[in-house]
Amino acid sequence: MSTHVSSPEITFAPVAGESTKRIWNTFWLLSVITFIELGIGLAIYNIHKGEHPSEMLVLFFKGMVCILTLAKAYYIVSIFMHLGDEVRNLIMTIVVPLCLFLWFITAFLWDGDSWKKLRNTRAGSVKTEQVTPAHQK
Amino acid sequence: MDLLAGIFNNDSLIKNFKRTQLYMSSTSIPAGTKWWTGGKSPFNSSYGKVMMWYFLMSDAFTFGAFLISYGTIRFSVNYWADPNHVFNAFPFMGHANLPLAFVSLMTFILIFSSVTMVLAVHEGHHMNRKGVEKYMILTIIGGLAFLGCQAWEWTHLITGDHAVLVNGHIEHWGTTVTKNPWGHEVMFNGQEVATPGPIAFGGYFFGITGFHGFHVFSGVIINIVMLIKTRLGHFEQRGHYEMIEKAGLYWHFVDLVWVFVFLCFYLI
Repeated sequence: MSTHVSSPEITFAPVAGESTKRIWNTFWLLSVITFIELGIGLAIYNIHKGEHPSEMLVLFFKGMVCILTLAKAYYIVSIFMHLGDEVRNLIMTIVVPLCLFLWFITAFLWDGDSWKKLRNTRAGSVKTEQVTPAHQK
Repeated sequence: MDLLAGIFNNDSLIKNFKRTQLYMSSTSIPAGTKWWTGGKSPFNSSYGKVMMWYFLMSDAFTFGAFLISYGTIRFSVNYWADPNHVFNAFPFMGHANLPLAFVSLMTFILIFSSVTMVLAVHEGHHMNRKGVEKYMILTIIGGLAFLGCQAWEWTHLITGDHAVLVNGHIEHWGTTVTKNPWGHEVMFNGQEVATPGPIAFGGYFFGITGFHGFHVFSGVIINIVMLIKTRLGHFEQRGHYEMIEKAGLYWHFVDLVWVFVFLCFYLI
């Protein structure tokens, strides 16, 4: 095997004997996760169609698809993009900054929720019961 | 190494070479390797690849900012369009109610083109030019198929014709950045009609899927350039197919973003 690397300072070279099995396994895994997500999506659809949609159940299902999506993201990045095969320090310089998303998501969704509360209580100036939006049947 | 093994054809040398080969595999970098003492690339990766990773990280923040801003607006209103209601059409199926069907097709097209891309990278590792060409062509076809689907979906939404009750009379609206016919439904003249929904819906949907679609489009262009360069034998002369890997990183990122767009717009 010749080592197909771009610089003499780089010792990383893919193994010649590496089979495509890992790639196909990942493909099937991603497909199965996607099918489960679609099943959950249809479940949410049917819950909404029902007489008394259970908000808690919908929230639970939505949480599940979020977790499944993160699992998919992990497999795409780790196997397809080969990040899992890189040097640990490189992985960390990419993964650690992404932790900013934890704050980013929490802060902004919280802010959105706060707007909603203000919207429903006349900009917060009047303490009233939660005003039921007119459209809710 | 090949050359040496060929010239000497010596058993011990070949054995030694095989050990080296094992050593070079990604999984067997010895623990405690001093990466920062010079003479080695500290990340054991080329400048271009590392910078591609950092570009993708910054792009992830761009997409993240868009999606989070969309989430903020969704959290701030009492009513939002039901995706199963908005995206329930399929080409040539007329008005059949098929929630999630078309977007599943798009998702699988993109996942599959990701697989062909990683297979192209794999063939590149083996210096197999024909293999790289084959899988690059398949990846490009996948990308074009996805773009075609998106064009159909946008056209369907924009040219859609929905009865909406506006100021006491019925208007017929499509989904655009200024019109959202997916508000809650009310009874009007004994008929169930929609009212205008939150105006932000169209802007976010077309903005984010459009930005993603633009990434797919530029990915297809990059892949075409890579295919041409492969055909011209540029990478073979260079001795490695690292450019295919870098284009692959970008392409997988496009798939990665779609996973989140799929989640935020179609599933929840």
